Amino acid sequence: MTHMFFILTVALYCCAATAYLACLVRTSSVLTRWAGRILAVGFTAHLLSTIHLAVKMKYLPLTNMQESLSFFSLAIVGGFIFFERRYKVTTLGSFIIPVALLMLTASSTLHEEARQLPPILQSNWFWFHALLAFASYACFTIAAGVAVMYLIQRYFLKTKHFGALFQKLPSLETMDDISYRCLSVGWPLLTIAIISGSIWSDQAMGSYWIWDRKQTWSMIIWIIYAALLHGRITIGWRGKRAAILSIIGFIVVLFTFFSMKHSITW
Amino acid sequence: MNIIVVGLSHKTATVEIREKVAFSPNQIEKPLAELITLDGIIEGVIVSTCNRVEIYATTRDIAGGIARIKRFMAEYHHLPFEALEPHLYSYHAEDAIRHVFRVASSLDSMVVGEPQILGQIKTSYGYAAEFKSSGIILNRFLHKAFSVAKRVRTETKIASSAVSVAFAAVELAKKILGDLSDKTVMLIGAGEMCELAAKHFINSGAKGVMVTNRTFERAERLAEEFGGEAVPFESFLEHLHRADIVLSSTGAPHCIIGPKDAEDIVKRRRFKPIFFIDIAVPRDIDPKVDDVENAYLFTVDHLQEIVQANLAQRGLEAEKAEEIIDQEIGQFHKWLSTLEVTPTIVSLRNRFDEIRRAELEKTISGWKDLPPDAEKRLEALTLAMMNKLLHAPTSVLKQAGQGGRVDLYVDALRQLFGLEALRKDDEELELEE
Repeated sequence: MTHMFFILTVALYCCAATAYLACLVRTSSVLTRWAGRILAVGFTAHLLSTIHLAVKMKYLPLTNMQESLSFFSLAIVGGFIFFERRYKVTTLGSFIIPVALLMLTASSTLHEEARQLPPILQSNWFWFHALLAFASYACFTIAAGVAVMYLIQRYFLKTKHFGALFQKLPSLETMDDISYRCLSVGWPLLTIAIISGSIWSDQAMGSYWIWDRKQTWSMIIWIIYAALLHGRITIGWRGKRAAILSIIGFIVVLFTFFSMKHSITW
Repeated sequence: MNIIVVGLSHKTATVEIREKVAFSPNQIEKPLAELITLDGIIEGVIVSTCNRVEIYATTRDIAGGIARIKRFMAEYHHLPFEALEPHLYSYHAEDAIRHVFRVASSLDSMVVGEPQILGQIKTSYGYAAEFKSSGIILNRFLHKAFSVAKRVRTETKIASSAVSVAFAAVELAKKILGDLSDKTVMLIGAGEMCELAAKHFINSGAKGVMVTNRTFERAERLAEEFGGEAVPFESFLEHLHRADIVLSSTGAPHCIIGPKDAEDIVKRRRFKPIFFIDIAVPRDIDPKVDDVENAYLFTVDHLQEIVQANLAQRGLEAEKAEEIIDQEIGQFHKWLSTLEVTPTIVSLRNRFDEIRRAELEKTISGWKDLPPDAEKRLEALTLAMMNKLLHAPTSVLKQAGQGGRVDLYVDALRQLFGLEALRKDDEELELEE
């Protein structure tokens, strides 16, 4: 049952990603509408499969790399749907949805046995921490996607190339705005995630901060985004600089996420 | 019934001639009334804009109708017929339908894709409807033309791109600054192009305007015109950071804004992007300004490039539009042909005969001991009844067919007896109205 939903989700994301990529080359309101619809159905299937798994296992499916990747992509798609509704930026989908699809496909190739839940993870603080962390990661992913789009559009404007992609991409200000919104939601979420994580660490290991790899890298991520937000609010960091920093931040997020496997929780 | 079009446009006549045959909209009732009293002309609509004067009419006699309308145009404006005639074009049947669809879709406009023409035709049709010079065919015809124009507009990108330099500047600004409604424009120097661009920016919602000029009075005058603020030329750099869009066209021999200035301005703007347009020759703004982060400099040549690309794009879109029009012509033509008398009489007869045969069949098949010649007699009886019933409407239709507004009868008849499966199309038109 869960597996069926999962396959369905991969297929739907694949269709949606294709449709969004096609939107880059073709202008068609029908295509745009269908891309959105397919994605919404895919997201629903994904959500249902995740919930089904959670009910079956009696815990949130975040205990191994396979489950985490799937959850990461769920959060990205959810975040994208939210921002797409607000800003009507279809082109964002062409950059974000393939990433989500890639994560989900990677997740489906991993066949890790569902393990007995280690007692260390049996804490509400852990679930709270993990949920918020993924929500903030989704925000950072979207911010990075927008940053890539920003750099492309900026390149077109500076080199005076007014091609089809230039017409498709949103205005610099819109992208800057989306990126700022993402960060101003994502960073507080990450802050709470780190705090709840350290409370859990205290419960599980008797210390709020044990300087393991994951905690250290989380701190680095937190500092990068804090610097970015701070620079933006006080000096008005925008545009190219903010975009590059946001992409660097995302790379560190990915690095942390994939190296997390080796940390003490697993 | 035939649709005919007679008229002239920017393609066939100079503005001197066009203005002589123009019909003033506040006195349109008189020519409309005269038009439909012309011999053989049944319905009429007059479209008169600065680029075209056209008369759409319906008639039974194509050649005579066209000739009479041509004469009418000359006589009404007291022009010698021989002088006007070479500029007039005329269309009938499918060509007439295609012409009006193309005009409404702005494919025949001086600037292809410009949106005004549709509104102008709608207004012209409004007068004709008000003064009852248009009837069932032209009503339907023009509503169809409006819906075709709408389809062309939504299904092709014919009207979506900027084809003037000033408008291209606005489009480009939107690509950088997004929504223009809280943005300020600064005009440096004055020039036709600069003012035009400023007008476009204001029309697109720009909030404020600052004007600076070597002669301060000139700046004040322009500022007043745009409802903006005049800034002394000596200190305009002090105010530049308040502007999001800078249009420059002074006659200065050297650059008046350098990269250093741009850097300062961007810093004072807290790195919010600023959009420079340099219209002046020689240049007002140092090309190195474009190297400054968050400053974007464009010259007239860049804008011209965009316009050229858009024009080429429009050509492609126009082809798509012609395809749409081809489809729609077929549909409309089908409806028009149903309004003819003879096919209507035939389909009415067929309808009655169908019912007669069906009922006869039912009666006979359930009748056990049928007398030998009963079937023949029943056949004769029902046939006679049908012919008697049909006699009056048929002869009225035929008579009406000789002249007058026969299409009213035909259309009513078709609807009353449900003769044609055109209902769906009707509903669509109803909704559009």
